[in-house]
Amino acid sequence: MTDPTDRAIIEATQAGLPLVPAPFAVLAETLGISEQEMIERLKRMKAQGIIRRIGAAPNHYRLGLTANGMTVWDVDDAAVDTLGEMVGALPFVTHCYRRPRALPDWPYNLFAMVHGASREEVQAKRQEIAALLGSACRSGDILFSTRILKKTGMRLRRKAG
Amino acid sequence: MTYDLSELDRTLINSLQDDLPLTSHPFAVLADELKVSEQEVVDRIRRLRDDGILTRFGPFFDVEALGGAFCLCAMAVPNERFEEVLTKVNAYPEVAHNYERDHRLNMWFVLATESQDAIAGTVEAIERETGLDVLQFPKEREFFIGFRVDA
Repeated sequence: MTDPTDRAIIEATQAGLPLVPAPFAVLAETLGISEQEMIERLKRMKAQGIIRRIGAAPNHYRLGLTANGMTVWDVDDAAVDTLGEMVGALPFVTHCYRRPRALPDWPYNLFAMVHGASREEVQAKRQEIAALLGSACRSGDILFSTRILKKTGMRLRRKAG
Repeated sequence: MTYDLSELDRTLINSLQDDLPLTSHPFAVLADELKVSEQEVVDRIRRLRDDGILTRFGPFFDVEALGGAFCLCAMAVPNERFEEVLTKVNAYPEVAHNYERDHRLNMWFVLATESQDAIAGTVEAIERETGLDVLQFPKEREFFIGFRVDA
């Protein structure tokens, strides 16, 4: 699905694009291909889903969204997929996943990330999720982040040789 | 920390969460809309990135579409060992994100590997190096709606 040139493009851009008016031309030159080929390859990788998007990742904290709560829920297995779709569609839920429980320590199978300007705001949103889940939910918890420890995104290990 | 963003910066941050066009001059349309030069657009992006308002600017790759895998992992790290364990965990390039959270399970990180098998190998290596258990929470299903932050 990818060839060595695709891989070289990923390695060259995973930390970011060159910040110049014609970034693809600059990249193409470093990899010894034409700008046109670079753009065609990026378009193909986007069509294949290898590239989700080209753009910026803002730092939520620096934009005032200082409260980040991972809400977790123990939802009836028979209902979790239907309810997960509804929770994922809430405007303030940024990511929502069904994940395996890790019993006995961790009974939760639905994870929904909520960002807000304060912990109170996030707690209020958490109540909205609880109301939506209703009786299909046995218990829940919220884990606020206290520090970003790393945020580099995916990095390929460089292949030997 | 609050940061004094100009109106132009805010517009840029919002616009840059959309997809950049795959053209020779991808900033040209944006520059036109904002009535500034392309150079001004890229200079501002650089400044926002250098100041930490943007964590990254570029392509976002999906390791699963490359045949790889993601896995959310959690560890209960004793407080007195937190920095030592953090250094060891973050040293792995497979650790894409890592957050401290206020819970007994206080370190939550995402592994991104080039193959499904590499998740288990990386988890074992981290467990061996730190002497701590790593709980794995691979996603079984994603309920996702695109998210953007309004600056």
